[in-house]
Amino acid sequence: MEALDIARWQFGIVTVYHFLMVPLTIGLGLLVAVLQSAWHRTGREEYLRATKFWGKLFLINFIMGVATGIVQEFQFGMAWSQYSRFVGDVFGAPLAMESLLAFFVESTFLGLWIFGWKKLPARIHLACLWIAVCGSVVSAYFILVANSWMQHPVGVKMIDGYPHMVDAWAVFTNNTALVAFFHTITGALAVAGAFLLGISWYHLWRRRRDGIDTVDARGRVIVGESATIPGRDKRDHSVWIKSLRIGAVVAMIAFAGSAVSGDMSGKLMFQQQPMKMAAAEAACHDGTSFSILSIGDLSSRDCSKVVAVMEIPGLLSFLAHNDFTTDIKGVNTLVPEYQAKYGTTVPDNPIYGDRAGQPINYVPVMPVTYWGFRMMIGFGGLAALASAVALFATRKGTVPRPRWIMRLALVGILAPFGANAAGWIFTEMGRQPFVVAPNPSMSGVDQVFMFTAAAVSPGVSAGEMIFSLAALGTVYAVLLVVEVFLLTKYIRGGVPSAMPELGHGRADGTDDAGSGPGGKADGDDVLAFAY
Amino acid sequence: MDFLPTLWFFLIAVLWTGYLFLEGFDLGVGMLMKVFARDEKERRLLLNTVGPVWDGNEVWLITAGGATFAAFPFWYASLFSSLYVPLVFVLLALIFRAVAFEYRGKVHHDTWRRVWDWAIGIGSFTAAFGIGAMLALTTTGLPLDANGDRVGGPFAWFTWYAVLGGVALVAFCLLQAAAFLALKTDGAVRLRARRLVGRWLPLGLLPLAVWAVAVALANGKWFSWVLLVLAVAAALLAWTANRRDLEGRSFLFLGAFLLLGSATIFSGVFPVVLPSTLDSAWNLTVANASSSPYTLGLMSVVAAVGVPLVLAYQAWTYWIFRKRISTAHLPEPHDFAPAVGHGDAVGHGDAVVSGNAASAAAGKD
Repeated sequence: MEALDIARWQFGIVTVYHFLMVPLTIGLGLLVAVLQSAWHRTGREEYLRATKFWGKLFLINFIMGVATGIVQEFQFGMAWSQYSRFVGDVFGAPLAMESLLAFFVESTFLGLWIFGWKKLPARIHLACLWIAVCGSVVSAYFILVANSWMQHPVGVKMIDGYPHMVDAWAVFTNNTALVAFFHTITGALAVAGAFLLGISWYHLWRRRRDGIDTVDARGRVIVGESATIPGRDKRDHSVWIKSLRIGAVVAMIAFAGSAVSGDMSGKLMFQQQPMKMAAAEAACHDGTSFSILSIGDLSSRDCSKVVAVMEIPGLLSFLAHNDFTTDIKGVNTLVPEYQAKYGTTVPDNPIYGDRAGQPINYVPVMPVTYWGFRMMIGFGGLAALASAVALFATRKGTVPRPRWIMRLALVGILAPFGANAAGWIFTEMGRQPFVVAPNPSMSGVDQVFMFTAAAVSPGVSAGEMIFSLAALGTVYAVLLVVEVFLLTKYIRGGVPSAMPELGHGRADGTDDAGSGPGGKADGDDVLAFAY
Repeated sequence: MDFLPTLWFFLIAVLWTGYLFLEGFDLGVGMLMKVFARDEKERRLLLNTVGPVWDGNEVWLITAGGATFAAFPFWYASLFSSLYVPLVFVLLALIFRAVAFEYRGKVHHDTWRRVWDWAIGIGSFTAAFGIGAMLALTTTGLPLDANGDRVGGPFAWFTWYAVLGGVALVAFCLLQAAAFLALKTDGAVRLRARRLVGRWLPLGLLPLAVWAVAVALANGKWFSWVLLVLAVAAALLAWTANRRDLEGRSFLFLGAFLLLGSATIFSGVFPVVLPSTLDSAWNLTVANASSSPYTLGLMSVVAAVGVPLVLAYQAWTYWIFRKRISTAHLPEPHDFAPAVGHGDAVGHGDAVVSGNAASAAAGKD
């Protein structure tokens, strides 16, 4: 394999991995802030319990996002130096702003929130969390501005072969970026919603199965209590049922929001990257029908072997133009157009090395775009449907008994993660063979594009890339196991795992936990939180 | 000389120096977890001295990287791609270190904690060494061709300058961390940390001083020497302050030594940002590596708003957590009995059985 291919695999793997943590961080952060606000306003202890429990899971996940985020920033310079040189004038700015205006805020105020329990006045402590959460949302905005510029370069002029930023307003209000931002935040909320729903369902199911909660003749829950087991008292029930219902409602609203923003995003893409949408549809010929299922050899990029099995007439036109009759250009129409505009062979430029002069394939890998697009929508819709069912099923205060439904609820946590990952893979793979897509929708700057083949670092060998891919891949795999292990441990632990004062927290080894620490410091001096 | 690129050279120097000043001590504390702390209580104490602030400190590195990308894309691209292999190690180190901070106390088990202690120790060492080496090579140069790409293979960067820079930063971090612990803790740790500073200060600062002298010699600017003399004076003041048990001043004068040493180095190389050791015509300079005036102007506005804000709220964080802590302040580590057990170990619909099972599980741990 060449350095380019390895670099692409590496980029895909570290980015998708990072994006397992990011949506949970954003979505769960928002929900924890809402829960703590509810506690602040009502003073009801179940909200405090919920804040502590979900906050703990939030932190276990947050740190993985931080750790893998540094790789994201460094890899542009390390593996994609030619790309960095080409786009630095415009692409670097949102990245730098992200760290200066958002990530600093997020990290600093989250530190204050974690260690500030009881140390800060309650109101300020809550404000710290909100500020940190806003930081993560703003952070997402800046990153999406950077990414959207690769999808739809605006606000620049070509000078000496390099794009120079001439209109920052255009870059930061790029319609692609604004829609992607909306889509990403709703996607993050869908992840958090399903997370709350699945875990709460599990706990409620355990309470029923262990005979703590029972139901009366009309199917209403009779909340019980188990004095011997911390975390299974009456308030515990309300933590779970509230979390479940919040999660379900959030997931449904989030899906509605992501459907709207996804539709907007699709309409932009038909104008801005028509080939991406054609490949998403496996649409070889011009037409108006949306493919439900196409079979055959999607990877035959000339479309000769693709057979549409099921189609909905008119839907594709509707998705692109809001009517049912306008023909959408298929792959076979678009390829000659692209060739006429951007050339048929790789330019004879030293940065392309051996690839100079070779024919360019403008069709993205169709099985990836086709199935990526469908998995994104399918998993998202599944999570929303499951949430609606869950709301109905829990209307009497507890969950049904069958074990298989509980298992579905737990597995369902993964659905929005799958939708997010599939969406990113679709949008990034669909951009190929460009790393900066051409922008046909604006006059004058259609020549701002760069082939992925030219973006990789010319000075870095395939051996170095293999080394880093193996090293990062191994470490990421190990850490995923560790994260899931810890999340599972704390989920099983229930609320007392985050609030030891509720449980039978036991001291370590020989230290006498009961008595004060030697008279020097009284109880108030003990840190409210410590590692 | 163009004003905006020069301003941004200065700002990036400030960001790197800010990073070294702040994360300097928390990297050092990470290394001291393995070589200074004597027992579990002391290790936890060390961890908690930096607990609330280390993540915010690390963002200085990310901002320095991002600002280099935005303001000097050619510098960023050449430096990061040339140092591909060492930077992979730095990334792995930073990943492990961050995760270890958060995960170490999450499971109540000796082996678990020992593994994460090593992750923090080795991670902190590798990050400090790698970043020191990278900064040293920024000042002394890399074998770059006309396009700014490294020639000579994955290890072409490996020179004694790289080693010097790595050692310099590791030694400084250890010293700064000891000064920080003397300032931040109480009890036995405070005394031992203070003694450590007194004993090792001259040796700990020597490699950084040698690096600064090397840059000053190579560039022969008079103000480099002035800055260097001031740096040595700051080191002496730090030493005397430590002998007189003035921990705050000792910490700040060590910081001043870093600022002045860093100023010596950055001002010495200016206006070159990354020299090519093959041909000085291929040097990257503030003029030929920078972004356009429009981008730099935009970034300047953002920095003018953002940097003071960051300094203000980070200062506030340090103020909130200003109290000394000692092992007596640490809450007891706790484990918890799972509210729900594993899989099918518990009988159906029987609260009593499940209660017993959970207490049994609690007793076992």
